[in-house]
Amino acid sequence: MIDIVLLSLLVVIAIAIIRMKDLFAVVMLTGIYGLLSASFFVAMDAVDVAFTEAAVGAGISTLLMLVVITMTGRKEKSTRHKPLSALFVVMLTGGLLIYGTLDMPYFGSADAPIHKHTSPRYINDSMEEIGIPNIVTSVLASYRAFDTFGEVVVIFTAGIGVLTLLCVARSQKNDEEIDSINDSMHQQHLVIRIVAKMLIPFIFLFALYVQFHGDFGPGGGFQAGVIFASAIILYAMLFGLSTARKVINQTFVQVIAALGVLLYGSVGIVSLMNGGNFLDYNVLSSNPIAGQHLGILLIEWGVGCTVASVMVVIFFNFAGRRAFQQHKKQAQDKESSAC
Amino acid sequence: MIAHLPILQVIIPLLAAPICLLLNRSKLVWLFSLLASGLAFSISILLLQQVMTSGVISYELGGWQAPWGIEYRIDNLNAFLLLIISGISTVVLFAAQTSIEKEIPKDKHVYFYVLYLLSLTGMLGIVATGDAFNVFVFLEISSLSAYALIAMGNKRQALWASYQYLIMGTIGATFILIGIGLMYQMTGTLNMEDLSQRLPEVAQTRTVFVSFVFVIVGVCLKLAMFPLHLWLPNAYAYAPSIVTAFFAATATKVAVYLLIRFTFSVFGLSFSFTTIPLQTLFMALGLFGIFVASTTAIYQSNVKHLFAYSSIAQIGYMIVGFSLSTVTGLTATLLHMFNHALMKGAIFLALAAVVYRVGNVELKNFRGLGRQMPLTMAAIVIGGLSLIGVPLTVGFVSKWYLLTALVEQGWWPIAVLILLGSMLAVVYVWRVIEVAYFKEPLEQNVEVKEAPMSFLIPIWTLVIANIYFGIDTRLSVQVAEAAAQSLFGVSP
Repeated sequence: MIDIVLLSLLVVIAIAIIRMKDLFAVVMLTGIYGLLSASFFVAMDAVDVAFTEAAVGAGISTLLMLVVITMTGRKEKSTRHKPLSALFVVMLTGGLLIYGTLDMPYFGSADAPIHKHTSPRYINDSMEEIGIPNIVTSVLASYRAFDTFGEVVVIFTAGIGVLTLLCVARSQKNDEEIDSINDSMHQQHLVIRIVAKMLIPFIFLFALYVQFHGDFGPGGGFQAGVIFASAIILYAMLFGLSTARKVINQTFVQVIAALGVLLYGSVGIVSLMNGGNFLDYNVLSSNPIAGQHLGILLIEWGVGCTVASVMVVIFFNFAGRRAFQQHKKQAQDKESSAC
Repeated sequence: MIAHLPILQVIIPLLAAPICLLLNRSKLVWLFSLLASGLAFSISILLLQQVMTSGVISYELGGWQAPWGIEYRIDNLNAFLLLIISGISTVVLFAAQTSIEKEIPKDKHVYFYVLYLLSLTGMLGIVATGDAFNVFVFLEISSLSAYALIAMGNKRQALWASYQYLIMGTIGATFILIGIGLMYQMTGTLNMEDLSQRLPEVAQTRTVFVSFVFVIVGVCLKLAMFPLHLWLPNAYAYAPSIVTAFFAATATKVAVYLLIRFTFSVFGLSFSFTTIPLQTLFMALGLFGIFVASTTAIYQSNVKHLFAYSSIAQIGYMIVGFSLSTVTGLTATLLHMFNHALMKGAIFLALAAVVYRVGNVELKNFRGLGRQMPLTMAAIVIGGLSLIGVPLTVGFVSKWYLLTALVEQGWWPIAVLILLGSMLAVVYVWRVIEVAYFKEPLEQNVEVKEAPMSFLIPIWTLVIANIYFGIDTRLSVQVAEAAAQSLFGVSP
C-alpha cells in the first residue's frame, strides 16, 4: 500500500517538474523527489541507499541547484518547438523498459537469481570473513572495495572538473569588496545565524557518528562526507563566502580531496607490500579480522575526506562565480557611469 | 611484483593524478605524468608478452574469489588495447607541455594533467577489468574527465561541444548501466566470465533481450557510431589540440572494445547475432557511416572538423569488420583499431603543432605551410596516405584484411563499396595537401616556422610507426589474430 502511495507521488512530482516554469519551485520539487525516493528505498529495506539518497539527492544537490539559479535567473525560457522525435525516443525507451519487466522475477521472490548466486555468501559468511554486522558495508568496502575506490575517484574527478571550469582568479581586493556586498545581507538574518551557530557543531558531530557507525548500521564515508560538507556550506551561506574562505582555505580543501584518494589507494599499496592482492585487508594485520576492520576504517576515512572536500570545493566555486559576476557587473556599471 | 602487473597498470596513473595535484608545479607535474604514463606503457608491454606466452591472466582484487569480488582478467584482446592506449598517451604527453602553453591558461595546467591522467586511468580501467559493473565505474571516470578536458578548449564553442557530449555520453552510460542492472537481475552476478556462463540459461527471457539492446545502444553512443555520432565532430574540433590527439586515437577504440567484449564474451556470439539482426544492421550502418561521414569531411573548412568526420568514417570500417562475425573480419577490426590510433595520433598531433605556430587550423591558413613547416606537413601527408590505405602504410594492412574478410564471405559488392569509400578519403586528404603545397602563404603567416622539437619527436615517432607496422606486420597481425581467435573460442 505504502509503495503505491509513494510511487504515485513520485510520478505526480515528476510531471510537475516537467510542467513547471518557475525554476525555484522545480528545484524544491526535485528535493522532495529525492526525499520521496529515499522513503521508497526505506520501504524496500535498502536503508543504506536511502540514507545516501537523502543526503545527496534531497540535500546537497538541491543546494547546488539553488546556487545555480541565483546565477541563471528564476524563470525558464519558453520555447516554441515541440520536439516530437525526442518524445518518440523517450516512449520507445520507456516501452522497452516495461517490456523488459515482463520476464523479471517478482520483487522479493526467494527464487530470484540475485538471491541464489552471490548473495548467500555475503549473508552467511561475511560475519566470519570480515567481522562487521552491516553486510552492505562489507560488500561495499571489502568484497567490492575496488568499485568504491572507483566511485571516490569519480567524485574527485568531478571536483577537479568543476575547479577547471569555474575557478576564477581572485585578488585580495576582490575579496574585500565581496565582503561588503554580503554584509548588508547578513544583518537581516540574525536569528538564523545564531541558530546555525549552535547547530553547526552538532552537524559535525553527527557526521563523525555516521562516519564511524558505518560498520554497524547505515552510514559510512559517502554520507558522512556530504553531511560534513553541508555544515560548512551552511556556514558559508550565512556568514558570507569570503568569511568561510578565510576559515577554510580552498587550496587546503583541494589537498584534502587528493589525500583522501591517496589514503584509499595507499591501503591497497600497503596490502601489495604485505604480500596480498590490491586492497586485500587480511594482510594488514596478523589477525585477518583485525586487518579487515583496519582496512575498512581507513578507506572509509579516505572516502569521507574526498567527498566532503569535493562538495565544499564545488560549492565554493559555484557560489564564488556569482560573487565574481556581481563584482564584474558593478565594475562595469561604475565605468559606464564614469563615461 | 610481476603477479600484480594487471592492477599496477591501472593504479599507477590513478594514484599519480592526486599526487600531481599536490605537486602543483606545471613543469614538474608534466614530467611526473609522463613518468606515470611511461610506466603504464612498459607494464602493458610486459602484460602483452605474458599473455602471449602463458595465456589469460586473472587477478583477484582484495583477494576475493571472482563472482564475489572483482576480477581483473587480461587476455589477448585487452592486453592489445592496453598497449594502444598507454602507448598513445605517452607519446602524446611528450608534446603536451609545449602545446598547452599556448592553448590553456597557466593556472589551469596542473588541472589539465590531473584530468588527463584520470582519463587515461578510466580507459585503462574499462579495458582491464573482468567485471561488468567495474566497467561502468571506470567509464564514469573517463567520461567525466573527458567532458572537463574538452571544455578546456580556448573557444567558447568548446563549452557547448562539451555539453553536447556530456548529454549524449550520460545517456550512453545510463543505458549501459540499465543493461548491466538487468543482467544482474537475471543472473545474480556481475563478473563477465560468470555472466557468459549463466546468461544462456535465461537467454530466451525478454529481460535479457532488453538488457542486450540497452548495452548495445549505450555503447554505440559512446562509440559515435553513425547515426549517433553528432557529438563527436565539435568535441574533437574545439577541445585543446592535445586532448583531441589523445581522444581521437584512443577513446572510440575503448568503446569498440566494449562492443566486442559484450557481444562476443558476455552475451556470446550466437545470442548476439541471432537475437537481433546485428549483422545486417551494423553492416548497413557501418557503410552509411563511411559514406556520409567521408562526404561531409570533404566539405569542411576547419581541418580538425575534417579529420573528426574522417574518424567517424574509420569507425564505420571497424563496424563493418565486426559485423562479419568471422575471425578474419574481427582481426581486421582489431588491426584497424591499432592502425587508426597510429594514424590519427600522428595527424592530430601535427595539427596541434599547426595550432601552436599558426593559431588555428582553418583550411585557408594552411596555404604554403608545406614549405614553412615541411616536417609537420609531411607527417600529415603520410598520415593521410595511411588513412587512404596506400601500400607500405598501416592503413593498407587493415584495409587488406577487411577486404579479404569480405571476399572470404563472398560479399563482393561490399568490398567494392569499401574501396569507393577509400576514394573519398583521397579527396579530403588531397584538399589539405593541395592547399598546403600548391598555394602561396597568407600574408599574416609568412613568418611561420617549423614546429619545435617537442612536437616533431612525438609526431615522427608515430609516423615512423605508421610505416614500420605497415611493412613489418608480424607484431600487430599476430596479436590481433590471436585475440580474434580466442574470442571465437578457436585455440590458436
